[in-house]
Amino acid sequence: MGIEVKNIQKKFNKKKILSDVSLELEPGKIYGLLGRNGAGKSTLLSIIANRIFSDSGDVVLDGESVFERDEALGQIYLMSERNLYPEGAKIEKIFKLTELFYGSFDYEYANELADKFGLDVKQKFGKLSTGYRSIFKLIIALTVPARYVFLDEPILGLDANHRELFYRELLDNYVKTQKTFVISTHLIEEITNILEHVFILCHGEVVIDGNVEDIMKKAYLIAGPQKDVADYCRGLNIIGKESLGSIHGNYIYGDLDDNRILPDTVSVERMDLQKLFVNLTNMEEAKK
Amino acid sequence: MHFNFNSTEPIYLQVASQIEEAIFTKNYAEKEQIPSTTEISRDFHINPATVLKGINLLVSSDLVEKKRGIGMFVAQGAYEKLVKKRRELFYQDKIVQVVDEAKRLQISEEELLNLIKRGY
Repeated sequence: MGIEVKNIQKKFNKKKILSDVSLELEPGKIYGLLGRNGAGKSTLLSIIANRIFSDSGDVVLDGESVFERDEALGQIYLMSERNLYPEGAKIEKIFKLTELFYGSFDYEYANELADKFGLDVKQKFGKLSTGYRSIFKLIIALTVPARYVFLDEPILGLDANHRELFYRELLDNYVKTQKTFVISTHLIEEITNILEHVFILCHGEVVIDGNVEDIMKKAYLIAGPQKDVADYCRGLNIIGKESLGSIHGNYIYGDLDDNRILPDTVSVERMDLQKLFVNLTNMEEAKK
Repeated sequence: MHFNFNSTEPIYLQVASQIEEAIFTKNYAEKEQIPSTTEISRDFHINPATVLKGINLLVSSDLVEKKRGIGMFVAQGAYEKLVKKRRELFYQDKIVQVVDEAKRLQISEEELLNLIKRGY
């Protein structure tokens, strides 16, 4: 069950965008897909949702390839940054078009959400601000009967109040429907606690794939005088460093050595997902 | 309810300790209903599975009880249990730290006792 992404490769104009990406999406979980600009997040989501073709590899939904299978497409919805709607169409008209495409549409829920976000459904799509375009697309994404919903940059242009409201409505929807969500965003701190599982994409490769809690258990900041820190961290997986005067910090991703004695001068702290992301992607960048 | 999360401690532990704190300060009285997993999840933007994991810690230590189809309630005797637990942790969590810091500050035992008396 679920979606299996198998060895997806994609080039654009000879430039490698995705190199051999494999991952699994289980039903009923909230996933995060993180990556720097140009890491290949949108390309990957578009391929899974069958909006663009991959050069090789397969996407399997409940045991069958989604490529060239129309009914599978109705199970996956991608809300993307791109605006696919006619500028002159009214919001309520687009609700109708969505119903035609997906076979059903919960108008009551859509209107309730529009009300909460203050979106006028009589308005034309082309007249909406960036923030309200996002809101409108979010409403569609939360309402369509697809079992897998991909949100690519869902909070683009949303103010803090609308973001709060979105997280609330997303979780409310998730609890009620048990759909699978994949959220791709740069505002990592805001969504960390919402995610159950995270993928970090770097230069078209998955560098992290795991349960958020398990990952965070292995992310440390070791700080203290440079020499003591260096001694304590010898042989550990150092993914970043920083210093403030004579205090030195090493970011570690991986297990610590329990047999080592921690000097009084050295402290072990945790880092959050955003820090882990920044350090890991910087490190990968430096490798290139 | 007031939750204050930091970004480095596991969230399920924070969920458990914040509810525990609310029971200890009697913000949630015994037999009173506590917010549901869904409510906490929605209000604080936390994955419901994480919230549930935190609440289950409280259920397994008999501080909270689940009533099927109704909700979750502060268990009878939860407050007493917490007081007992916190008293046991008091020496380890607080006193040892205070003495350590006092030594670093070269505060003598007598001076420390006087300070404690003053604070009482």
